[in-house]
Amino acid sequence: MLNFVEKLGAYVLYYVNEAGRMGIFLFFSLLNIIKPPYNKIASVLKQIYVIGSLSVFVIIFTGAFTGMVLGLQGYNTLTKFGAEGLLGSAVALSLIRELGPVLSALMVTGRAGSAICAEIGIMRISEQIDALECMAIDPYKFIMAPKFIAGIISMPLLTALFDVIGIFGGYAVGVGLLGGNAGAFFSSMQSDVEFIDVYMGFVKSVCFGLLIVWLCAAKGYYVHLERKGGFGAEGVSNVTTSAVVLTSVSILVMDYFITSMLI
Amino acid sequence: MKTDSEIIITLSDVWKSFGTQTVLKGINLSVIDGKTTIIVGPSGQGKSLILKHILGLIKPDRGQVLFEGKDINAIQKKELNEIRTKIGVLFQNAALFDSMTVFDNVALPLREKTVASESEVREVVDEKLSLMDLRGSNDKYPAQLSGGMKKRVGLARALVLNPRIVFFDEPTTGLDVALSNEIYRFFFKTQEKLKYTAVIVSHDVPKIFKLADYVALISDGVIQDCLSPEDFQMSSNPIIKNFVEATMGTIYSSEAMEV
Repeated sequence: MLNFVEKLGAYVLYYVNEAGRMGIFLFFSLLNIIKPPYNKIASVLKQIYVIGSLSVFVIIFTGAFTGMVLGLQGYNTLTKFGAEGLLGSAVALSLIRELGPVLSALMVTGRAGSAICAEIGIMRISEQIDALECMAIDPYKFIMAPKFIAGIISMPLLTALFDVIGIFGGYAVGVGLLGGNAGAFFSSMQSDVEFIDVYMGFVKSVCFGLLIVWLCAAKGYYVHLERKGGFGAEGVSNVTTSAVVLTSVSILVMDYFITSMLI
Repeated sequence: MKTDSEIIITLSDVWKSFGTQTVLKGINLSVIDGKTTIIVGPSGQGKSLILKHILGLIKPDRGQVLFEGKDINAIQKKELNEIRTKIGVLFQNAALFDSMTVFDNVALPLREKTVASESEVREVVDEKLSLMDLRGSNDKYPAQLSGGMKKRVGLARALVLNPRIVFFDEPTTGLDVALSNEIYRFFFKTQEKLKYTAVIVSHDVPKIFKLADYVALISDGVIQDCLSPEDFQMSSNPIIKNFVEATMGTIYSSEAMEV
């Protein structure tokens, strides 16, 4: 019994500790974005390329098929009620308010988040982060701040791309393939999609961009403090898996709370 | 005799535990300005841990680490960074940034910590790389270098800001005899030119003694003594004596007996 209590206590303490250091990590990363000397444009652009540009293909692909399946499902469902004219607004609202930000964030987590975690984890175990500190170069300024800026800039752009491609995917299936009315598709979208819908999607995408970089980078940065041992290739592999799972779950949880605040 | 004015780094009663294991049990050590101090001892005794304490990468549970009389764990981060600009470190695995070229690795401290123009950076980096016989390797990545070359690039990066003190964490680990000698040669060459204080953690005994002004042995979590190489080999401290016999053979123990 005492052993159980001891283990439970150690477990709780570990996670309280982890939450604390993740908070400190976020604080210093954000502080180093606004604190001079500012990051060089080149280092931010490089991270935008890594997080944003390299994710474009996967965003286009998933966006297109998400829109297509929405068109397919929406058309068949709305036909039952004689409301196929509302297909455009149904596809657009689903994408702009929910699916665009959430699915883009999940895709970016899988592609760029895991890469961020593994990169920083390897830098930690191979003493590259120690080397930076010894050179009086702040890792938060040098490594983290450009990634945070890039995440916050890239995610809304990727989400916008996802939404646009998704809407055209829905159009291709609902109108091109199933014979829906093209005019009704766009006019329903124009009349039903309001600023608050776009705003909600934008807020979500910015928050998710921050969340992805924060959780994935912090997990990699603290790989050596992981409970189940965080050393070597296996340590980095484990922490990358747990970063992707944690970030994905957090995106869905955060999605609910942002929606409940903005709806 | 060591005087206070000559001492640049002091570790005073430094303790460090990890979980239930106490690794450092009251480390006392002084590093003399302009000299080479070697820290030797069996593996797993905390040699590299001492370096990490001096560099401020790890905080002691108890005790003080003083750099030029300032407790590095009690000063502001800005002041610690000022101290760190006087320090160069050659890590055990060189710790080169693997996504940067050799040139960018060596140039990084100049680009981040000085206001040097790109042409000045190029001039200094080229000078350091040629000092290390690394001309022509500018555009290579660390993964394309041999172990010895990585160490030399690491040394070039450590020396690029002309530090006052340089730390070497196991500089020859994983290198064959020829490459080890090469690293020692570069150490001699650069120290003679740049006149830096050196602290070397190594278990390459007795060869490493040739570089030393002082040798400190860590065992059982404490520095057993810090002596000149000659005095170290003739020490009557039983732990040092055992270490000398185990690493250098009985010839040294018989010499000691003759004395």
